[in-house]
Amino acid sequence: MRPVGRKITVTVNGEQYVREVEPRLLLADFLRHGLQLFGTHVGCEHGVCGACTILFDGVAQRSCLIFAIQADGAEILTVESLAQSGKLNLLQKAFHEHHGLQCGFCTPGMLMTALELLRENPSPSDQEVRAGISGVLCRCTGYKQIVDSINAAALAIAGAEAAE
Amino acid sequence: MKPAPFEYFVPTSVEEAVELLARHGDDAKVLAGGQSLVPMMNFRLAQPAVLIDINRIVELGYIREGDSSIAIGAMTRQRVVETSPMVRDKCAILSEALANVGHQAIRNRGTMGGTLAHGDPAAEVATVLLTLGGSVTVAGPQGKRELSPEELLAGPYAAGISSDELIVEINFPILAANETHGFLEMSRRHGDFALAGVAAVLRMGEGNICERARVALCGVAPTPVRATEVENQLTGKRLDASTIQAAAELASRAVDCEDEYHASREYRTHLCQVYVRRTIQLALERWGNN
Amino acid sequence: MTTMPPASKQAGEKWVGRSVPRREDLRLLTGRGRFIDDFELPQLKHAAILRSPYAHAEIGEIDVHAALELPGVRGVLTGREVAAMSRPFAVGVSPAPKYYASAVERARFVGEPVAVVVADDRYIAEDALELIEVDYRPLPAVVDIEAAMAADAPQLHEECPNNIYSQREFVYGDMESAKKEADRVVTGRFLFPKYGSTPIETYGVIASYDPFADQYEIWSNYQGPMVGHALVAQALGIAENRLRWIIPTDIGGGFGIKTGLYPYIALMAMASKRCGVPVKWIEDRQEHLIASATGTDRLTEMEAYVKSDGTILALKDRAIDNTGGYIRAPEPGCAYRSIGNHTGAYQIRNLEREVLVVGTNKCLTAPNRGYTCQHLYFSLERMMDKVAAELDIDPAEIRLRNFIAADQFPYKTATGGLYDSGDYAAAFRLALQRFDYDNMRQWQKEARAEGRLIGIGLATVVEPSVTNIAYVGLAKSYLERRKEHPKSGSGEAIMVKMDPLGKVHVIAATNPQGQGHDTVISQVVADQLGILPDDVTVSNVLDTHQRLTSITSGSYSSRFSSAGTTAVVLATQRLKEKLFRIAGHLLDAHVESLQNDSHKIFVREQPQRSIEIRHVAGTAHWNQSGLPEDMDVGLYGVGFYNMPTSEPPTEFDQVNSSNTYGFIAEVLMVEIDPETGALQFLKWVSAHDAGTVINPLLFEGQLQGGVAHGIGGAIFEETAYDENGQILTGSFMDYLVPTSMEIPEVDMIHQETPSPLTALGSKGTGEASAMSAPAAIANAVADALRPLGIEVNELPLSPNRIWHWIKDAQSSPSQ
Repeated sequence: MRPVGRKITVTVNGEQYVREVEPRLLLADFLRHGLQLFGTHVGCEHGVCGACTILFDGVAQRSCLIFAIQADGAEILTVESLAQSGKLNLLQKAFHEHHGLQCGFCTPGMLMTALELLRENPSPSDQEVRAGISGVLCRCTGYKQIVDSINAAALAIAGAEAAE
Repeated sequence: MKPAPFEYFVPTSVEEAVELLARHGDDAKVLAGGQSLVPMMNFRLAQPAVLIDINRIVELGYIREGDSSIAIGAMTRQRVVETSPMVRDKCAILSEALANVGHQAIRNRGTMGGTLAHGDPAAEVATVLLTLGGSVTVAGPQGKRELSPEELLAGPYAAGISSDELIVEINFPILAANETHGFLEMSRRHGDFALAGVAAVLRMGEGNICERARVALCGVAPTPVRATEVENQLTGKRLDASTIQAAAELASRAVDCEDEYHASREYRTHLCQVYVRRTIQLALERWGNN
Repeated sequence: MTTMPPASKQAGEKWVGRSVPRREDLRLLTGRGRFIDDFELPQLKHAAILRSPYAHAEIGEIDVHAALELPGVRGVLTGREVAAMSRPFAVGVSPAPKYYASAVERARFVGEPVAVVVADDRYIAEDALELIEVDYRPLPAVVDIEAAMAADAPQLHEECPNNIYSQREFVYGDMESAKKEADRVVTGRFLFPKYGSTPIETYGVIASYDPFADQYEIWSNYQGPMVGHALVAQALGIAENRLRWIIPTDIGGGFGIKTGLYPYIALMAMASKRCGVPVKWIEDRQEHLIASATGTDRLTEMEAYVKSDGTILALKDRAIDNTGGYIRAPEPGCAYRSIGNHTGAYQIRNLEREVLVVGTNKCLTAPNRGYTCQHLYFSLERMMDKVAAELDIDPAEIRLRNFIAADQFPYKTATGGLYDSGDYAAAFRLALQRFDYDNMRQWQKEARAEGRLIGIGLATVVEPSVTNIAYVGLAKSYLERRKEHPKSGSGEAIMVKMDPLGKVHVIAATNPQGQGHDTVISQVVADQLGILPDDVTVSNVLDTHQRLTSITSGSYSSRFSSAGTTAVVLATQRLKEKLFRIAGHLLDAHVESLQNDSHKIFVREQPQRSIEIRHVAGTAHWNQSGLPEDMDVGLYGVGFYNMPTSEPPTEFDQVNSSNTYGFIAEVLMVEIDPETGALQFLKWVSAHDAGTVINPLLFEGQLQGGVAHGIGGAIFEETAYDENGQILTGSFMDYLVPTSMEIPEVDMIHQETPSPLTALGSKGTGEASAMSAPAAIANAVADALRPLGIEVNELPLSPNRIWHWIKDAQSSPSQ
């Protein structure tokens, strides 16, 4: 029997949603099919590939390992939040310029992970970047150009902050 | 890979959680960080009828420094502990071991109590707890009780905790000024479960004499295990290459595992010896550098 | 890293050769890509597949009553119904084992589909799977290649005695003379493992059957070739024009593995028909790892007949591939794909080869980035090192002595391959120089003296691209082939059209999975017309009802950068010819006297006699009676390009199995921890010649990605089974995709020897080091372990395996 759904209130990318969810519904499925935010991708559903990584109350987490019902009251940011007014942010721009993506499937998880990484460590070494993104699997790039992109983003962000 | 249906409860206090556990008994599973449980549910290897989500028990999220130990609430996220300057200062072995737990996004949600309650054979936190000789406090229908790490790890998957109990706090002894430590593990990829891992704490006296040794292994037996024969071999000895080597060779006696795809039993046994030696050497180098 | 001048936005300059960032990124970076699971339809229901838990079992009754009673379940499709609704898939061997989209009376590998549930959502569908009761009667299983051919082995298919799906013998050149002339014979035996590419996006299908039109609409992330479309239509027993396939703009990686997805299209088509609703099925990771597709495992025995000076006169080999529980097209391509380049970069004129393809109770195979070139080069390049060691010649030197020389191109190999261009020695020397090879060898000696296990590994290989579908014909003898219609080709079609205001739109169906085709198309068209890439829009969707597709359509075997771009050039030229004809008509000038810039067409000798391109376009659309007589309405050009070198096999079994042939040289150094067997990369130079580089930024991306796949196959990845056929690597915890921490920095260098076959001189390069890295890493490990007397004939090079080798060597009495 299907258990009765429960009402949750969740803020995603600044917008508040009130929805009824079955307890077992995974947050990744809720974001994608419940809210039609298809930017978050699902690649393994057991927490290894990292494609579904989002910011949950500001912290990078796997949305395939959280139930939507647990997000009641939470603030979530997905890849859709990054570009504002039709403009790529500095991280996205660096990925674009340095070819930090090919098929684009791991990219949402990679960006959200890099966002946290650069927030915690604004000028990481190559090794720190590699360790920081080690929880997101990419099969296209061999990671080199992703590392280049994140390094370039770190410089660009530092430059933009200095200019302010 | 979608989980089977379950009934969901969100207690906001330990009492409430314990009451729910008492009511649902073996049908219930506690959901902490969910970084091991939810994958098992998605594979439908775990199909609990009832899920008791303790993520809203705010009282279980804390790190408190005591005189001789650090008390950590069961719901404290692993990453919070890993990056705590106080923990790094007072109990560096814990921070170092935590850096080996999966990847950052996993540690961001994974909890200190969760890893202990799940009881994976390769769990780093349990190994450190065993090495330090800390304790775990659980709450149950009869109130709270304290378990030694050995009691907690009486069998696979945290056999020491009964199904109506909840881990509420973990106590990690603070490393003393005359103690040095090391934590090393080998895994196939960065972030994978250890093929073999070693945690060591040595209390050192004059002239590199080891006054007390605590050494535990992970990934090589159904639970993390103390390597007591290694400890005995080191205790009271001046730590030089041959003493360390002789002690390391005894590590194989603690190994209790089968051949599996990524590592044969023989290889794991050998890794234990190598990693015990390297970990002791690392600890000794640190001591020398102090 | 490749450094090229950044793209500046000035018209009239060449865009080919520049690092133009990709237009595709804008949607992919903002969460607006359109992948298969992002598509929804009215009344869409969701499928889950019940799969065999046994490697080999008879299937008795399937009781679906309880599943059908679960609220939300719309229907169940069982294997027996699949057999009633469809025919076995065609495949290029005979007799062919019967392979349906689902197991019918017997399951032959763990994970083989047994039934499909269709329900309101995937959660309910999975609940229902647990309610289906299947009466399995387990049978003995076989997983080992040699064991499968043993007399007492469990038999998988009545039609295929000894579990042999395909067997052929070939002789090229004059083996007898070569054997006589040889000073010695060097032998090797190599085992290449089964692994895949595990794209981060799994398979997905949406199928919708229209009973009134008797027509199917399919959305799927199938990567091609569109021979899959023909196979599914045939299996469903319908005309091909009743099966519309649409492939979403975005595919989350393919690497060959998504060529194996078409049986699921048939399965979901039947589920939709059976249940009367559109059905979506998204493969989950567990399904992918146990039952999608991997490359084949291969056992190779090889003999090299060599002269004392290192010249290799002949090769004799026997290779056994394993396509698992069935053989599914494009297999047995695994055994023949690399036949044209079987002798690699070397002048080896004589070859004797036996090929076997067998069945075991493992999951099925498909092309996997490199499509068995990694298998071939693992054997061939290990052999080169073995020959060098036996003759005490440096492994770099032995390669230089055997290379095809620069002045021999175009070069026809003994097996019929037609190498279009190259200068192997020059590219290899570049790599050696960058690596500082001689000094590194000296340093290695010193390090060895200290007891360190340091190894230098080389691999110099030919990278074939743009498959000629003819090669699969080699599975049959000339006499058998003669009874059938000949097969050949590598074609691609593109349309370029101009709107009434003179803006250009390209209509393509090249089916990219991240390679950046749209960006490259815009660069190529911009150069042809003298405009800016930003002025060119591209719609790239493979839709069998709305695009110019053929059997060869799709993105595989690195086709686009050579065949695809040539079609783009041809299409643009045709558009330009038409523009010039209209302009000549309006200017009253000869077409030959005209020239254009980004805005206008003018008479070369009298530039004041000009007309703006938008006015030419305007005439074509707005004043159609103003066009030259006999001119078709519509301002477009269609380019269809088939490589002139794509011919059917000859009566002597020679075939040009690919069309363009690049070159790769790997020079790398590893250190092995003798205590743990762990391997570390110290240095790696990778040199590539893929002809003209169209976009260095994207080129670098392909090369770096190829390295990562090569490392995966060499060290980490294996689809492993126990002796009962139970899979040991059914999750991403055990199937080890390398993370950013396992992939080292690789120094990429390149040389450009343009191909004479393509408009831009470009060749394919998407498979790259996936072909060569396993061989180079194995050679490096072998070199590191040589002082211990260890042979490296097997992958993956896990620390467990290396440590056991070291331990056995140290405890063996000879040491």
